[in-house]
Amino acid sequence: MTTNSQFMVQAQNVHKSFGAHEVLKGITLNVAHGEVMCLVGPSGSGKSTFLRCINHLEVVNGGRLLVDGELIGYRDGGEKLFELKASEAALQRRDIGMVFQKFNLFPHLTALENVVEAPIRVKKLSRSEAIVRGKELLARVGLETKFDAYPAHLSGGQQQRVAIARALAMDPKLMLFDEPTSALDPELVGEVLDVMRELAKSGMTMIVVTHEMGFAREVADSLVFMDNGVVVESGKPAEVLLNPQHDRTKAFLSKVL
Amino acid sequence: MSDANQNAGPSENSDLHSAMPTEKIKAIPLRHPWRNLVAAVLLVASISFLYDASHREIYDWATFTHYLFNHRVLTGVIVTLELTAYAMVIAVLLGIGLAVMRQSPNPVLKSVAWAFIWFFRGTPVYVQLVFWGLLSTVYPSITFGIPHVGDIATIPSINNLSLFVLAVIGLSLNEAAYMAEIVRAGLLSVDRGQEEAAKALGMGWGLSMRRIIIPQAMRIIIPPTGNEVISMLKTTSLVTAIPLTIDLYMATRDISATTYKPVPLLLVASTWYLVFTSVLMVLQYFLEKRFARGYAQMGLEVQAAPLEGNGAG
Repeated sequence: MTTNSQFMVQAQNVHKSFGAHEVLKGITLNVAHGEVMCLVGPSGSGKSTFLRCINHLEVVNGGRLLVDGELIGYRDGGEKLFELKASEAALQRRDIGMVFQKFNLFPHLTALENVVEAPIRVKKLSRSEAIVRGKELLARVGLETKFDAYPAHLSGGQQQRVAIARALAMDPKLMLFDEPTSALDPELVGEVLDVMRELAKSGMTMIVVTHEMGFAREVADSLVFMDNGVVVESGKPAEVLLNPQHDRTKAFLSKVL
Repeated sequence: MSDANQNAGPSENSDLHSAMPTEKIKAIPLRHPWRNLVAAVLLVASISFLYDASHREIYDWATFTHYLFNHRVLTGVIVTLELTAYAMVIAVLLGIGLAVMRQSPNPVLKSVAWAFIWFFRGTPVYVQLVFWGLLSTVYPSITFGIPHVGDIATIPSINNLSLFVLAVIGLSLNEAAYMAEIVRAGLLSVDRGQEEAAKALGMGWGLSMRRIIIPQAMRIIIPPTGNEVISMLKTTSLVTAIPLTIDLYMATRDISATTYKPVPLLLVASTWYLVFTSVLMVLQYFLEKRFARGYAQMGLEVQAAPLEGNGAG
């Protein structure tokens, strides 16, 4: 993998508003290559919106957001920024995998078809090549017996693991997880976290919006606490979780831990 | 499900079950006297109507049977079926195009589609057909050119278009406006997360429409489209406005103009329309059942799935 920049993700004073409502009020943070960062905070704090800005599912209104040194959503023309064409934005998203809270698997396609669709259509991989790779990835997430199952025939945990395999099939340099276990029955959370833990060990750069503090403490390299559109506190997970400095962090952690 | 209940259920539940009565219920079924009475009245009324109809002179069943398989009538049936088929195929394709345009992020495409639907849905199909019939009078020829520079191309005469083609154009453009709204409803029924997931995989708008959104929308689109086919079969009787006079309805009108017996020939036309709408209704029934079955099955299997082993666990 070629490295264009010191950091995988650089957010510089990122602002985002929906109409008059400002959701992100200047987010500045860096994610190193291979780093696993957990974003935590109360709902409505802007953490999911920030994650969606990183792959341009939401358009940033202010500041700069760079992935691997490349400005997201805009082309820097010196003094002015130029909005990217839809096709150029699609090109940027190829290298950024995303896993959604509600899985968003394609219900009319089998598990394997879900995984190979984008490699074949977007990356123009040959069908046979994509299928070999797709089967490998499904095996990696523990679903080697479910190639031909439709999403409706899979449990939530299995669906989310297919979704992870689907994102990995595009060989992303960065994986974004938007509350990947929040829609799961409690007994199914573990199997998804296991896959994510293994992925983190393999050196993937990951940004995870989550309420799973145990996972954050164990797997994350850094933990960022957001509230009301700003980063309140960040640092090593153990430090932030055990010794929070800010009252808002303390109040939040006292409720979730 | 039963496994889960047994495992989860506390032990006192089973004691509760054993204390309950186990014999089969033999209750007297609820009576529906009014329902039966109304049915009897309707039955008597129908029989007397049919008896009366079979004897009423103006219905002239002899003429009816004489013309039911008349050559001109059968030709009219073919023309009506052809008009329906061509107009619907074009309308469905155009409707998908218009619906996709309306959903597109491009404001030009959006406005064009909106204007098309506004016009063709907002004026009566009969009036539109009269206009198509007048096309060659209104526009004897069409010339493309730049003022003060010269003509680029001329379409010499729209007269060359046959009345049948004009009828197909008129019917399909009108129907396309309705099909567009049906397709749009189908597209809107697909969860927004699907488009986002496709986007996140680097798919462009066109690709995600073609491969992800439209295949899922088809389940919603197909039942009302069957309805539109039935509606189209009957709407073809309006092509007399063009005037195309060889369809089923006009064939029977022409015959009655010479026989002075309009009623039996109206019955001939009605009979044929009913035969084909009935065939279409049966087809639609099976089509709907098939698509509904997919959904029902899914619901059951979603519940069953969590009980299976978790591969990674």
